[in-house]
Amino acid sequence: MARLDLSIGVELPARTFGPLSRTDFVRYQGASGDFNPIHHDEEFARSAGFDTVFSVGMLQAGLLATYCTDLLGPANVRRFKTQFREQVWPGDRLIASARHHHDTGGGRRRDQRHRDLRHRRPRGRRGLSQPLSSS
Amino acid sequence: MVNKDAVGRTGPRFDVVIERGKIREFARATGSTSPGYLDEPDPVVPPTFLTTASFWQPPEAADIYRTLDIDPRRLLHGEQEFLFTLEPPRAGTVLHAQTTVEEIYDKEGRRGGVMTFAVLRSDFTDDDGVIIAQARTTLIETGRAPADSGEG
Repeated sequence: MARLDLSIGVELPARTFGPLSRTDFVRYQGASGDFNPIHHDEEFARSAGFDTVFSVGMLQAGLLATYCTDLLGPANVRRFKTQFREQVWPGDRLIASARHHHDTGGGRRRDQRHRDLRHRRPRGRRGLSQPLSSS
Repeated sequence: MVNKDAVGRTGPRFDVVIERGKIREFARATGSTSPGYLDEPDPVVPPTFLTTASFWQPPEAADIYRTLDIDPRRLLHGEQEFLFTLEPPRAGTVLHAQTTVEEIYDKEGRRGGVMTFAVLRSDFTDDDGVIIAQARTTLIETGRAPADSGEG
């Protein structure tokens, strides 16, 4: 793994996920055990008032977590918090990006760092999630 | 209406077996190609992996969600947090999970109507009762059904 510049304020390399397919939703549902039909059954989604099925919130949370662990190493992400802002639809592409925001310091571990991470659509108006992770 | 008397209630303890194959499947499903998940004999769990515990818990443990009495048509998953005391648990570990209703509060929605937030905390401990990981789930009951309001 190439050494990352983790100075405060530095933008980490962005990564694009997708376009997400219905198969991606189903694969995540199988892996997690969440079989809510609203994410794979068109008829069910329409009867609930949606135009089509939409992604599982925890799938895009998981993609953002993967962005972190692929950059920082699986054992190094010790806190991950995500807020669900918008639904993600079939065909959406998500761009994960991060900025080293500040060091917490003074904590039990001196090497803790907090980073801003967010998914956005290429032309999205606002972030889809705003997690924090520390390592 | 969310049942505010549920605050402080704790569900029964149940075991969570961390399995290598499930970690690999989950890592793949969340776009990872890291050998740290796919090739290691005892990989750590991905940051959001413990979310799977709630879908495999025994029915009596899921009762804690039912005591909240949230209208499923107005239910949103608002926030999710995972904390690991040290490194995340590895395949082969057996954890003991227990979920507590931490907090329930109301907030005025941006588009009118009161939104009710319910925060549930799951503690994952080892055989000695030491906390290895915590998951915090914020559920929201919106003023009206999300499909009607155009919000996600």
